[in-house]
Amino acid sequence: MDSLRGKVAIVGAADTEVGKVPQLGATALCVDAARRALEDAGITKDQVDGLVTCNSMAEPYMYHAEAIAEYLQIFPRYCISVGAGGGTTFSILHHAASAITTGVCDTVLISMADSLRTGLSREQAMSLQSSTGHPQFEIPYGPTVPAYYALIARAHMEAYGTTPEQLAAVAVSGRKYAALNSNAQMRDLISIEDVLSSRLIADPLHLLDCSLVSDGGAAVILTSADRATDFPHHSVYILGAGEGHGHEHISQAQSLTSSAAVDSGRRAFEMAGLSPKDIDVAELYDCFTPVVLIELEDLGFCKKGEAGAFVEAGGTALEGPLPVNTHGGLLSHCHPGNPGSMFALTEAVRQLRRQAGARQVKNAEVALVHGQGGIMSSHTTLILGRERNG
Amino acid sequence: MTKAQEKNLPRPNPETAAYWEGCRQHELLIQRCTHCGEYQFYPRILCSACMSEHVEWVQSAGLGHVLTFTIVRRAVSEAYAAEVPYVVALIQLEEGPKMMSNLVQCEPDSVEIGMPVEVIFEDWSEEITIPKFRPAARPEG
Repeated sequence: MDSLRGKVAIVGAADTEVGKVPQLGATALCVDAARRALEDAGITKDQVDGLVTCNSMAEPYMYHAEAIAEYLQIFPRYCISVGAGGGTTFSILHHAASAITTGVCDTVLISMADSLRTGLSREQAMSLQSSTGHPQFEIPYGPTVPAYYALIARAHMEAYGTTPEQLAAVAVSGRKYAALNSNAQMRDLISIEDVLSSRLIADPLHLLDCSLVSDGGAAVILTSADRATDFPHHSVYILGAGEGHGHEHISQAQSLTSSAAVDSGRRAFEMAGLSPKDIDVAELYDCFTPVVLIELEDLGFCKKGEAGAFVEAGGTALEGPLPVNTHGGLLSHCHPGNPGSMFALTEAVRQLRRQAGARQVKNAEVALVHGQGGIMSSHTTLILGRERNG
Repeated sequence: MTKAQEKNLPRPNPETAAYWEGCRQHELLIQRCTHCGEYQFYPRILCSACMSEHVEWVQSAGLGHVLTFTIVRRAVSEAYAAEVPYVVALIQLEEGPKMMSNLVQCEPDSVEIGMPVEVIFEDWSEEITIPKFRPAARPEG
């Protein structure tokens, strides 16, 4: 496949209200995100000829993207809903960008939303909790989603001496940014001690090591870089994209302490012609605190086993060498499930547009966003630039 | 027989029926490729190492060690609540394959990575018996 470097731009990006949003159902949130992104890009719905969504757990449709197109009364020539999860949100962006460069469509709207906080019935919530894992070889043992990630955390602690305090430091770092973000769901500052004294959910993970449960949605608009010259906001360019897919079930993982983020990161950096030292800001998937440590290592920002000390020493802070999750992440900003990664993307766009206010990373030129889905299963890394040629 | 009506019972399918029947007989069956000799778990219609369709069922010694584990403090559903805190672990069998299981008949806080374990069987219904592990009577090997 031809490189995507500099060929596709993000010309619109917007979030809905997040947290508890009971006045909008999941479908309405998706449509609201789309409306806001169109407004941000200054284009009309008739200019959209590609539509990507993810299905909703609260309001599922058999053909979700078609349902959203119908709701909006748009008639795209490229229309797909993805099973999503954190990694596939970006992998579909990778595919949509490829669709633009190959002429399948010109302008793609990617809109994703769900209302896990207020929109699920008790039955839906229970089946969601019990549906993660292999139905015959994992689920009977009663694992919870935090438990799956706790298996990884424990292995990392054993292999590298990572401490619960270092895991907690990831949550503390995210919360500092959320305190600067008026849209974030959780904004009160927390300490390492607060994390460690919060309820143990699955050793070694405490409640505050776990991401939020939220309502919310976000959308972006992609078009070719050649067309991206006349939009209200500074366009943001895709410089690199890479995927890595390791397994579906954690009990089948090749490694518990590293992941296919090694592959996705390498592929994205190769396409971009850049290396980790070129990244000004990173938005990393943080459904649970240990995930950020493994991503920092697998993407090449830290040597294996050293990410805990890096975060503990303030490495991910606004004034640190690599600001991470500047919106607050899934841990503190919001996590509506499958759409969760979208907020990392819209935040990266804001950072590169230099619109992030109090949490703006000074002179941000290049951002990395990384999503993973499943249990460290499916990874996509994107490298975005303020300039088309990085 | 353990009362487990509301637990998440596995539903055997054609690939896995022999495995679950083995469990019912209190035997832990894994697969071995007659072409390349690799062992594998979970059951497949082919060898995931060499793609040979000649895989045979063999009885595992049921011995292994803890690769990693967690102590679940908040149960996945009410059916599991009585067992809290329970240990979910990944076990590496002596033959090589890895599997998820519960570690039972021990204090959760006494579990360590590397701990030798042996299989036991819990009968959940007439049809379904679940393999779990407990600390091995003596070190493996």
